[in-house]
Amino acid sequence: MTGIAPIAKKVFRFYIEGFRDMSSWGKKVWIIILVKLFIIFLILRLFLFHDFLKSNFDNDNQRSEYVLEQLTKTPPKHD
Amino acid sequence: MINNMDLSLVDWSRAQFALTAIYHWIFVPLTLGLSLIIAIMESIYVKTGNEEFKRMTKFWMTLFGINFALGVATGIILEFEFGTNWSSYSWFVGDIFGAPLAIEGIFAFFLESTFVAVMFFGWNKVSKKFHLASTWLVSIGANLSALWILVANGWMQNPVGMIFNPDTMRNEMVDFWAVLFNPSAIDKFTHTVFSGFLLGSVFVIGISSWFLLKKREPQLFRHSILISSIVGLVSSFLVAYTGDSSAKTMSKVQPVKFAAMEAHYYGKTNADLTAIGILKKSGSQIEDKEILDFAFRIKIPGFLSILTGGNTSTYVPGLYDLVLGPDSIKGIIPVFEKMNRGKFALNVLTDYKRGVMINDTQQVNLIRKEYFGNRDFMNEAFRYFGYGYLGKPSDAIPNVALSFYSFHVMVIIGGFLIALCILSLFFALRDSIEKHKWFIYISIISIPLTYLSSMAGWVLAEAGRQPWIIQDLMPVSRGVTQINTGSVIATFIIFAVLFTALLIAEISIMLKQIKNGPTPQEDKK
Repeated sequence: MTGIAPIAKKVFRFYIEGFRDMSSWGKKVWIIILVKLFIIFLILRLFLFHDFLKSNFDNDNQRSEYVLEQLTKTPPKHD
Repeated sequence: MINNMDLSLVDWSRAQFALTAIYHWIFVPLTLGLSLIIAIMESIYVKTGNEEFKRMTKFWMTLFGINFALGVATGIILEFEFGTNWSSYSWFVGDIFGAPLAIEGIFAFFLESTFVAVMFFGWNKVSKKFHLASTWLVSIGANLSALWILVANGWMQNPVGMIFNPDTMRNEMVDFWAVLFNPSAIDKFTHTVFSGFLLGSVFVIGISSWFLLKKREPQLFRHSILISSIVGLVSSFLVAYTGDSSAKTMSKVQPVKFAAMEAHYYGKTNADLTAIGILKKSGSQIEDKEILDFAFRIKIPGFLSILTGGNTSTYVPGLYDLVLGPDSIKGIIPVFEKMNRGKFALNVLTDYKRGVMINDTQQVNLIRKEYFGNRDFMNEAFRYFGYGYLGKPSDAIPNVALSFYSFHVMVIIGGFLIALCILSLFFALRDSIEKHKWFIYISIISIPLTYLSSMAGWVLAEAGRQPWIIQDLMPVSRGVTQINTGSVIATFIIFAVLFTALLIAEISIMLKQIKNGPTPQEDKK
């Protein structure tokens, strides 16, 4: 464990200094990334993009039954 | 018309996915190509110690960083759409899609995310060799990520290595190596990655040409052009080679798509390849689908036969033959016959469902043994399961004009790019690029043209596969989730706005950084 702590500290400092010394374009890009991630995960995912099968059915049996129903409903007559 | 489909919902769901995928693809190929070119530039710097190559690497790395950062997570939305808009499809493909995408996620996270930080933050903090290794690992990681996505897509073009389980209603992977080394996947991966290298090269040639036009940092940008011309020329030939391989595979596993991209209606030996063509209505039809003829055509005699079989005596079936027969031609199962087999498979599945619903164990076990456990049934009938949903044979024909034009736009621009890279390398070696202003302008214009070619390739791949979401197994109409069309339209509009904003942000930040150019002061830090 004594060897891991200094490495973790170095890695932590590496990132902190990297972000602190970041160029202006880097800062702009990071703002865009954060806004984008906010929109994707906190708006789109939470409000608009539910996993249909996960959110409408309790278990895999029900999900497979639903898909079976979707794929076999009103099948054409065999010639 | 395909049976039982809500056209409005299907079309909006397709439009939404197409929009997301196309915008996502704006970012991806530049990441693939530019990461390789940067790694080569930095390798030269580490090898020679020449500071110019360090400045060059840093400049292009900045543009790479902008593109990479703005493209991050745009692909995740596609995965959201799988779960929300394409739930039946997502369930049906089972772990075939899940495994490659999970591996992709691990590679993307550990390789790209970790080492990108070293690339940008580590110039003065890690050794030159460690930094170089990080740059290469980012490039390798990005391209390996593409591998797993394209393996999944290759399976959609040519489903192999799986067995269908009627109890779970999922396709279960039984042969990972068959999925990985699926000819469609290999072709798709190599063709796509090399086209990304070519796009990255043209991007560097074009931007460097602009700097030469402005007489800024001529030495640095001449060297940039030299490096990217070599990468571009090698890539362009590899793109042509893998494109040829891809077409050969397509002629075997997706013959209807192959015939559609050439607007080839009637089978023949010594079939001609259309180099350039303009289509018109012929007045004839295959059922309700208009047969298109050529208003203008430059053809290469016999080359379509050579492309598919290696000689002019190879018979190349046309759309008419593939859809309606004649069944006397060896090796062709016409669509109407596949429809019979598909309907039979669908009826077996329906009987199976009935048995499950009424808890008739005897019937369920019998069907499982006689059909789903029977290799002949799986290979001869279930393989064409999706055809059971077609209303008539001509439903198997994709949009011929769209397939034809997207293919020819891709190929014509591809040919132009080979010439561009040859000229670029020639002028770079003679140190005479600035003397040819016309070439500088063409290089700059070539950047959007290369994107157009890249997009056209994907339009052919996806629109040419229609009506299938999984070739022969599932039509698009059956993969879609039955949700409110209005919500799909709403998210389509949200994406259109969001992605357009991202694109504008990318272009404006990138243009600003390009105008700033390489800054020697940064190196003294």
